[in-house]
Amino acid sequence: MYYVELLVIGLVWGCTYALMALGLTLVYGLLRILHVAQATVFTLGAYIGLLVANRTDSLPLAFVAATLSAGLLGPLIYRLVYEPILDKPPFVALVASIGVLIGMEDGFRLIFGPYGLSFDDNPWFTATWSLGGITLNLVQIWMVAAAVVLLSAFALFAARTRAGVAWRATVSDPVIAQNFGVSVMRVRYLNFFIASALAGIGGVLVGLLNNLVEPAMGSVISYKGLAIIVLGGLGNVPGTLVASLALGVVESFGSVFLDKVLDRDAMAFLFLIVVLMVRPKGLLGGAH
Amino acid sequence: MDYYLSVATFAALNVVLALGLNMISGFCGQVSLGHAAFYGLGAYAAALCSVAGMPFVLSVLVGVVVAGAFGVVVGFAALRVRDDFLAIVTMGVGFLFLGVVRKQAWLGAEMGIARIPSPMGKGGYALMAIGAAIALVLLSLHVRRSWMGRAFDAVAQDEDAARTIGVDVAGYKTVAFLLGTASAGLAGAIYAHMTQLIVPDAFNFIQSITILAMVVVGGIGSTLGVVLGAVLLTVMPELFRFINDYKLLVYGALLLLVMRFSPEGFAGLYRRVTGRRLA
Repeated sequence: MYYVELLVIGLVWGCTYALMALGLTLVYGLLRILHVAQATVFTLGAYIGLLVANRTDSLPLAFVAATLSAGLLGPLIYRLVYEPILDKPPFVALVASIGVLIGMEDGFRLIFGPYGLSFDDNPWFTATWSLGGITLNLVQIWMVAAAVVLLSAFALFAARTRAGVAWRATVSDPVIAQNFGVSVMRVRYLNFFIASALAGIGGVLVGLLNNLVEPAMGSVISYKGLAIIVLGGLGNVPGTLVASLALGVVESFGSVFLDKVLDRDAMAFLFLIVVLMVRPKGLLGGAH
Repeated sequence: MDYYLSVATFAALNVVLALGLNMISGFCGQVSLGHAAFYGLGAYAAALCSVAGMPFVLSVLVGVVVAGAFGVVVGFAALRVRDDFLAIVTMGVGFLFLGVVRKQAWLGAEMGIARIPSPMGKGGYALMAIGAAIALVLLSLHVRRSWMGRAFDAVAQDEDAARTIGVDVAGYKTVAFLLGTASAGLAGAIYAHMTQLIVPDAFNFIQSITILAMVVVGGIGSTLGVVLGAVLLTVMPELFRFINDYKLLVYGALLLLVMRFSPEGFAGLYRRVTGRRLA
């Protein structure tokens, strides 16, 4: 039973990682950028969600505000930071992205204070749900539900809508897509909007889960997100989902069995390094 | 006076670290986001030896060898994975180093290692660090002009093409990692003895990025540019002490602005102004 519980907790964390990593893999798939600054979007979503929730006492409103603000910041980062340097070697965008992350993290600290803020009223945090001997709180349930619904919605969008087809066409070949009348620019903005909105929602959920929103909350999860998208085979969406869940489970078991040897954050990277030495293109191989 | 000496020592140590990383990422084209781990390996290995009573010179040597040996192991990883995959693996190496050190009682865990014996005064370390920095500059300039430097360049630009014309890609990558990480180990060993106290957080991801920033701001691949970048990024926070509160904000903005407007760093600026390449 204990192991089942570890497995379930691991899968819940896996869903959190999936919300972050899907956005990272979307950006990488389209532009070959390791978008570390996604952490900033995640943290902004969490702060805006918290401020709105504390002001209005309405979580739905908080989620809407977080989605919109995060969804705006992502395309803004693309426009101001990445677009002018797309033709430069890949480390240029990576270093710029790290610059955004470091600077904005400090910005959050200066604006909102270093110690983090809590929700005045966090009903999901205290409410629990028992199923077959495993107790989860409502935030964890919502986390899983949000991941399943949002990722399914994204899959439907990519498979069924015109915009989704344009997006897939641009990912596989931007030049040909453009020749067929797809606006590559609009696809990029859309891509950043979706990636950032998902991260923003993830940010609010993680804030609720820990009942704490702090300036550095995004960075570790975004470093792990990078490990996940590499594990999944860079730009490979199904691979990213598998890797997110696998990492959640590995961390959950690892924090019990390997606790004396290394800390939780290092486990993700140990797992990454071991997998990559066996399969250099990630768990499901590269999409490219 | 002590203050100036310690700033000079740190600047020199950063030159050693940055030139080591430049060997790997600039000359040989293998992006590494975990250079601080080797700095840390050198520091911890040397500190342990000195605490155990080994003579200073021998401890420093152990630091260099341990960092270099782990560097070769990571170099082997670079034979297996490439480009962005390698960047994330090296980032992982940094986190793994910290994660392991933080949990080991014999490495001092979160508290680190204190009371490391120090055989000389501040001036001695300053001389030693500056000597190491000069040695690294000479080595870098020499490597760049040598056959090996050309081979590094070939690997950096197109490793498949390099392999086709008979360049020993695996061998040169390993040598680049060995040289780069061993020099980080040297810097770490000097650092540990000078401060007499090391904690895991001194070798975290931000430190790795700081070293990378020195390389990139100076101009990746250019020895003199990187020296300038390392010295400037060490001295600047000292000059701007009054903005201490906004240090990381300014730092992040600086990285972003350099990448946005002069992605080739100082070396790129120099070339645009004079039309000549900076060595």
